[in-house]
Amino acid sequence: MDSALIIEKSVVIVAVFVFTMIMAMYSTWAERKVAAYLQDRIGPNRAGWGGLLQPLADGLKLFAKEEFEPNTPNRILFFTGPAIAMSTALITSAVIPWGDKLELFGRTVILQATDIDVSILYVFGIVSIGVYGIMIGGWASNNKFSLMGAVRAASQMVSYEVAMGLSIIALLMMTGTLSLKEIAQQQSGLHWNVFYQPLSFLIFLICAFAETNRTPFDLAECESELIGGYHTEYSSMKMGFYLFAEYANMFISATIISVLFFGGYNYPGMSWVIEHWGNNAGNLLGMLALFVKLCFFIFFFMWVRWTIPRFRYDQLMHLGWKILIPLGIINIVITGIVLLRSEIFAFLGF
Amino acid sequence: MSTVLIIFYILSAITLSMAFLAVFTRNPIHSAIYLVVCMMSIGGHFLLFNSQFLAIVQIIVYAGAIMVLILYTIMLMDLNKEHEVHRPRVTRLVAIILFSLTCIILILIFINSDPVAGTIDRYDNFGEDFQSIKKLGKVLLNEYLVPFEYASILLLTAMIGAVLLSKKEKPGK
Repeated sequence: MDSALIIEKSVVIVAVFVFTMIMAMYSTWAERKVAAYLQDRIGPNRAGWGGLLQPLADGLKLFAKEEFEPNTPNRILFFTGPAIAMSTALITSAVIPWGDKLELFGRTVILQATDIDVSILYVFGIVSIGVYGIMIGGWASNNKFSLMGAVRAASQMVSYEVAMGLSIIALLMMTGTLSLKEIAQQQSGLHWNVFYQPLSFLIFLICAFAETNRTPFDLAECESELIGGYHTEYSSMKMGFYLFAEYANMFISATIISVLFFGGYNYPGMSWVIEHWGNNAGNLLGMLALFVKLCFFIFFFMWVRWTIPRFRYDQLMHLGWKILIPLGIINIVITGIVLLRSEIFAFLGF
Repeated sequence: MSTVLIIFYILSAITLSMAFLAVFTRNPIHSAIYLVVCMMSIGGHFLLFNSQFLAIVQIIVYAGAIMVLILYTIMLMDLNKEHEVHRPRVTRLVAIILFSLTCIILILIFINSDPVAGTIDRYDNFGEDFQSIKKLGKVLLNEYLVPFEYASILLLTAMIGAVLLSKKEKPGK
């Protein structure tokens, strides 16, 4: 492996990491602003222009807060919880294709940290490990409310992972690949998957809300019943990690929804732009297109949070197991029939 | 020593030590967490064979699904008081005998199996990517279709059985 490739990959990885952190930081600012506008308030407007320095002030405040530790026999696990939550939220971005490729300094830079064959499964694997951050943290807090929150979060995430997997299977039957890069490439020229798999998109979107523990599915930190849920006992930056991980997860979910269903970095007229303005301009515009799409979905997450009230726990389980999973299976069957229609017609003798 | 070998030794050390810790720890939750790390390091072993699919599936199925359920059950059952269950001597004896028998079978399998290095060379000679998920799917649904379907029926039966066991009897019946 030549050193130029290592440098190139390191630059891409650092860029993706920094971008994820900045997006997560400014999602907290955006959340406050969106909430403020939806509730007819102004929102943060003191730190910097329009409150743009507010995330920095928040971070500084969290660092400066008193570090409180509950009397727990599992001190190491108490520290491990937020660490797992944060790291699983950050490493998912490794397989996301931010663009096709750029030509810089005579090299072709692929705008993806790593392109593995099974990138969708990788995302699912990391998401399924993310549950441990909440479970271990909630259990090690040595507090009944934390434990209840952790148990709720775990059962919710496990239940919705099933429906999420089923919704993706229909999509994979159509695309025939597990690589996010190839899925993004196949959708060039407005052949976005959302037009072919609307039901799959709907199920995936609902499950994404449940997986990120966002309202209306934030039963894990239901204030009226559980104080703060699994992070009741956490303070200072450990609490900050949990909150930050939620926003990082939201950013990653928004990106994956855009890549899977809304064409990723593709935009109408991309091939024309590449032909007339050159490859780099076309792909930079593609990155911008992906950015716009994911910003819309982050906004959508916030919009829903401040519009729809929290579900009851039995409603949540009912929706997951009795509505979304059967819908996912029906979707798979319909997709199968449509894919094999010529064989079925031939078999029936048409 | 090549890099792969060094990584293999590190991974094996993690796998074995975590497995031993999982067995020897008194606290059931700690034991389950050690087992999670053990399962994930086995995923690393699959990656050393360049089979990304199996590595990811190992992590999703074992670390992500089964161990979450086990951890969940332990948390709900509140086994935290470290009360030692009294085990009669017969149970221990039977456990030892069963474990030794399993060991003998495993050792026999390892002795009779092809060494991995030779197998990989053979695959390379075909000029096909045997790690790819497309190839795996075709092999599963052609050569191993019957065992594959049997496995799915077995899983379905287990699932229906679990639902039936957890279902409460309707009053008046």
